[in-house]
Amino acid sequence: MFRYTKKTFLREAFLILVALVFLLPFYFLVNLAFKNGSDALTTSAMQLATNPTLEAFGQALRGGRQATLMDGMLNSIIITGGSVLMLVAVGSISAYTLSRRTGKLSKVAMGLILVTMVLPAQAAIIPIYVGMRNVGLVGTHVGTIIMYSGALLPIAIFLYMGFTNGIARDYEEAAQIDGASRFTVFRKIIFPLLSPATGTVAIFTGLIVWNDFFTGLIFLNGSDAVTLPVVIYNFVGESVSQWNVIFAAIIISMIPILAFFLVAQKQFIQGFTGGVKS
Amino acid sequence: MTAQLEQKTEGARVTGRQPRSTKWNGSKGHNRSDHRFATWWWFTPALLALVLIHYAPSAIGGFFAFTNWKGIGKWQFVGWDNFASIAEGGPTTTALINTFIIGISFVVLTNVLGLLLALGLNRTVKSRNVIRTLIFAPVVLSSLATSYIWKFIFEQDGPLNEFLVSVGLESLQRTWLGDPATVLPAIIMVMVWQNVGLVMVMYLAGLATVSPELEEAASLDGATLWQRFNYVVLPAIMPSVVIAMTLMLINGLRVFDQIQALTGGGPYGASETLAVTIYKETFVMGRFGFGAALALVMSVIIIILTVAQRLLLRSNAKG
Repeated sequence: MFRYTKKTFLREAFLILVALVFLLPFYFLVNLAFKNGSDALTTSAMQLATNPTLEAFGQALRGGRQATLMDGMLNSIIITGGSVLMLVAVGSISAYTLSRRTGKLSKVAMGLILVTMVLPAQAAIIPIYVGMRNVGLVGTHVGTIIMYSGALLPIAIFLYMGFTNGIARDYEEAAQIDGASRFTVFRKIIFPLLSPATGTVAIFTGLIVWNDFFTGLIFLNGSDAVTLPVVIYNFVGESVSQWNVIFAAIIISMIPILAFFLVAQKQFIQGFTGGVKS
Repeated sequence: MTAQLEQKTEGARVTGRQPRSTKWNGSKGHNRSDHRFATWWWFTPALLALVLIHYAPSAIGGFFAFTNWKGIGKWQFVGWDNFASIAEGGPTTTALINTFIIGISFVVLTNVLGLLLALGLNRTVKSRNVIRTLIFAPVVLSSLATSYIWKFIFEQDGPLNEFLVSVGLESLQRTWLGDPATVLPAIIMVMVWQNVGLVMVMYLAGLATVSPELEEAASLDGATLWQRFNYVVLPAIMPSVVIAMTLMLINGLRVFDQIQALTGGGPYGASETLAVTIYKETFVMGRFGFGAALALVMSVIIIILTVAQRLLLRSNAKG
């Protein structure tokens, strides 16, 4: 029944056409970034760059009044890395605790985690901002990492619990008989067993943090710790209608994620949908 | 592609790799042995995060929604005043209506197009894996960054207007983002482009659970394409439908990046949504109390619509 027929061929041709139209924005993006300033203004966006130049990329790298693209890249790496580390560390050990400490208290804790999903997150961000401002954490890496890890922790615990609940106790028992402490059992036996979940948590939360603009805009704009999306936002404001330079900056900002995506496509899609689904 | 499935089998593999629990002590002994692992101390960081980042701020935010707090200094209770001024017409009411329009069209469009793509790319098509990857690509990119590409496309002398001229439709040319009539459809289009790949992947995961034998049997029995979809495919992908619709509804109602990048809420507030208004009122104008009231309204709308949609889908699935 599912053979390749003439009809399938037509469907395939149509889908390829859809994909090409879908990708047109990326064509404009790359094509324009390689044009020089005057070509970018005078030639059609469809027309291929006749004498491709890296001029726009140079300008993009030098530009940025408050923070350059590279500053933003570094800040994004620090903040995303820090948040993912925190989420993996706290998420895995909390989920394990909830899986092993069964009983009333565990149910209460699970309830506390589930209810956060319906709490008014939009209303919460304002008091968090004021609280962090009062203790001097606004505009810092540490404050932003705390903010992101705290906000995403319920999701991380949830993802981990899908795995910790299924782990049989025999390895832990054997290790304990051999004299391993509770923490050693967790670190040497449980945590390695959780690596598929760690992958999902890292990809899912890492992407959210890396691409998040709203929190960065509120907590970081005007400071030295601005993340990439905020740098891009300010950059566009400063280079009005210099689309080739703006596009070069956007391409540079996309390189790390695209590189990751192309290398680990399958894990990305799995991690992302895996995260979304729970 | 079958993310959810593989996720599950991976989980199963992890458990499968270990010897099964022997339960030599019966259930009571099992319980006691559990207490040898982990300690509640390990949960303290999580508890701190829950209280300090989720519960306390939500409660405080809800409280200040009834005040005229400016973020600093003295404040007074103003009762329901903030909420009354949200509803009494003017910019915030426009933002409220826009949020509904965007949220609902976004759910419908992403799900219809995502499902069509998933059905088209489910089997037999040779280039399916490449096309899937390409359509998923915008999902992993910053929606702020991709929105700027679209801002260029919608420019007065941008590619879209240029295309209209080349096919002889000069009369349709306009400043897409500067015209109150076209600004919302343009924004919705950008949002759909960014997210349709995610919905497609979720439906592909659901379609992987449909048994080809069952579909074949139905078609041998003379079921039409629509009947096959309605009676064989749809029941199997219902979990994906629920998840995809819920997620897209929440994302659509919370939209911020695309609007901030494309229009900043303009022209003259024609494309403001609740999230954009909250940002402006709170962090630009410094009206923290009013911003908190708006945020509370937005959260309540999200909760009500999500629950309503779930109930609707559930009754549909049964009937």
